[in-house]
Amino acid sequence: MAEPQDLSSTGLDATTAQTRQFVSFRVGDDEFAIDIMAVREIKGWTETTVLPNQQDYMLGVLNLRGTIVPIFDLRCRFRLGLTTTTSSHVVIIVAIGGRLLGLLVDAVSDILTINVADIRPVPDVDQPIDNAFLAGIIPVGDSMVVLLSLENLFANHGPANDAVAA
Amino acid sequence: MSTPTFGSDELAQFRRTFFEECTELLADLEERLGALVAFSSDVESLNAIFRAVHSVKAGAGAFGYTVLVGFAHRFEALLDRLRDGKAELDERTLVSLVAAADVFSALIDLARQGEMPADDFGADVAEELSALLDGETPIHSAAKAVESTAEEAPPAAEKTYKIVFRPNAELFRHANEPLYLIRELKTLGTLTVDCDLTRLPSFEAFNVDDAYLGWTMTLHADCSPAAIAEVFEFVDDECELTIEEAPTVSIKPDESAPIVAAPATPIPAVAPSPIGNKPESKTGSISSIRVDLFRVDRLVNMVGELVIAQAMLAQQFTESRDNDDPAAHQGFEHLAGLTRELQECVMAIRMQPVKSVFSRMPRLVRDVGHKTGKDVRLEMAGEQTEVDKTVIEELADPLTHMIRNAVDHGIEDAATRLAAGKPAEGVIRLSAQHAGSNILIHVEDDGAGFDRDRLLAKAIEKGIVPAGLKLSGEEIDELIFAPGFSTAAAVTDVSGRGVGMDVVRRNVLALGGRVQVTSTPGKGTRFTLVIPLTLAVLDGMVVAVGWEKYILPLTSIIESFRPGRGQIRFIPGGGEVVSIRGEFVRLIHLARVFGVTEAIADPCQGLVVLIELANGSKLGIVVDELLGQQQVVIKSLQDNYDPVPGISGATILGNGRVALIVDIEELTRLHDRNARTADTARPIAASA
Repeated sequence: MAEPQDLSSTGLDATTAQTRQFVSFRVGDDEFAIDIMAVREIKGWTETTVLPNQQDYMLGVLNLRGTIVPIFDLRCRFRLGLTTTTSSHVVIIVAIGGRLLGLLVDAVSDILTINVADIRPVPDVDQPIDNAFLAGIIPVGDSMVVLLSLENLFANHGPANDAVAA
Repeated sequence: MSTPTFGSDELAQFRRTFFEECTELLADLEERLGALVAFSSDVESLNAIFRAVHSVKAGAGAFGYTVLVGFAHRFEALLDRLRDGKAELDERTLVSLVAAADVFSALIDLARQGEMPADDFGADVAEELSALLDGETPIHSAAKAVESTAEEAPPAAEKTYKIVFRPNAELFRHANEPLYLIRELKTLGTLTVDCDLTRLPSFEAFNVDDAYLGWTMTLHADCSPAAIAEVFEFVDDECELTIEEAPTVSIKPDESAPIVAAPATPIPAVAPSPIGNKPESKTGSISSIRVDLFRVDRLVNMVGELVIAQAMLAQQFTESRDNDDPAAHQGFEHLAGLTRELQECVMAIRMQPVKSVFSRMPRLVRDVGHKTGKDVRLEMAGEQTEVDKTVIEELADPLTHMIRNAVDHGIEDAATRLAAGKPAEGVIRLSAQHAGSNILIHVEDDGAGFDRDRLLAKAIEKGIVPAGLKLSGEEIDELIFAPGFSTAAAVTDVSGRGVGMDVVRRNVLALGGRVQVTSTPGKGTRFTLVIPLTLAVLDGMVVAVGWEKYILPLTSIIESFRPGRGQIRFIPGGGEVVSIRGEFVRLIHLARVFGVTEAIADPCQGLVVLIELANGSKLGIVVDELLGQQQVVIKSLQDNYDPVPGISGATILGNGRVALIVDIEELTRLHDRNARTADTARPIAASA
């Protein structure tokens, strides 16, 4: 992948007021990123226990050292079909609103340190991914990374909401 | 009292402890008050109530809750009068005591929330207390002048007491300070104090934490010996104390008599005797400590993890190739035993007698009986039966509701009862007992039982059941649990606020329990709650369905069997039933409800697990095979995900995989819903 514009050599500089860090990962051919502060850990894919009668992107739950964590297939969440999982797939465990959940992605790519001013708004385009899922676009070299809004991705899995919207 | 000079953190901590204590004291007070109401003139209870109020007062004073202190003082004064036998425990006083306890508890609540009570808060009750205080002491017109601050009932003449007070060495270690006691004595009258230095050790042997001094005091006061003893109430098991009346002034016999007659008053009036023994009522709290529930929860969780880890290890060992080492086998068995024992010990920490919930009920019965004009007696049994603290908290609501219902709807009014040849006084029995890993709670009344015709008519009217449906008597009784159902013919003050037995059932189901009802027309109604002892572990049966493993709660399972071809019947319209011992039981395929592929579809090839539901009806669950029963640690799915219909929780199996615990009560509903919405859900793919 393309190198990020600003490669900070020191961790201290990386988290000053103007810059934020993101974990970028690949789903299919596309590059996405989420705020590093939400990421708790990254682990290899293991078989989940399937919860009955759930949305197809909900892959089931796994045991994370005694905690039951639900795992979601991001590709399927973007309506690009179910991921055919292999042991080289990666689960990113994130914390959203006091809950832990796992995102199944194809591979984790990088940690990006981005100047906040460089984050572009999402243009209104026709695409399979719901615009509400997107928080912004980060240009990285010639390419771009789509910044995801974790809150919106799983907004319908809030504590008081058991209706599942497609 | 001066404000203690602590940091704000410490103060907050002390305050928290104070309110924790208040909660306990209030529970005790409530219970004792119940006993008092039931048996009257129980001096032991009066003493206990007095101590509770007094302890709260002392703490409240330290934190500057003046309104609370003021009220407690008046409350205490009346109680003191009662236990000294100077006031009579009649109906009016009892009612006032109950009302005072309410105000007292409300004031504590307000203080806890840091709110100032309104000026006239509980004024009517306080006035009533004062009226009682005044009313019952016609001897003293002066008492009226001091009114609310009337300390003790002042006997006529001043007496001289000789008080010898020798603290035990460890007095200071229990945070007692003789100086305060002596100061308080001084408020009773004229005091002269002689210090006794004879027990002072040499300088080398001196330990600053020990109490060495003793005092001999002479008190000229018009108080009773009990009032003096009360000053030393909190140290009386940590000192030698003699209270002797010097024969300078003659005592009127009617003044000393009640004190002698009160057996629980620690100090006999005149007889000089050292008080070395603790009063019986204090023994309960001696050997216990107060622990933050959070810490216990963490401990419970950790032990849960340990149990899982141990199971995983044992399984891996059994599956490994070199598992023929007898020493290792023995070691694993030993470890398993220890783990199980440790888990039981830890679970036992949270176990508490159901008494804390039961003790609120006599009061409730009295109140509701009063309001409805019914004569009802409550009999309780098994209050000492222990159950997990988290369960106890959840029991209060359902029990309150059922008992209120029993008084309001269950028990008939006196005239009807007499006409039916029953005694005018209705009886409600509340009992608890252990049954395996469950607790059984019965709420039973000897009232009229359900009026089945009316129940059915009402259910039809409310559209709960279609008209013309044939229901058995038991099925009609079950309608009481239907949502939005209330049996009261008229909405009364007591019930009919839109909360029905459906809420009780929901609460109980949420606890993993079930509720059953049996009603005999004319004889009464009996509700039975079957509730697990703890919410943290469950005895489960691990079943296999296709590639998946599920846990069925063992308590609901009656048996499992492989049906013969002739036992299975198909009902037109899609239903499937199995005939067992002449009974037709509906079959539900777990695989179909949960959308598991590659499971056994033919019950005659798999197994049927016969289940009893909370309403007493039976259900056959079709699974592939039984993998064995085990105790599982219940994990919440809801921590990180939404509730899943049909699944009550999850656990972690020996291999580290998550297994889902089936909510069997939901299965039928889920099955019917799935059947209606056809196959919208994604079938579970086979996973190796």
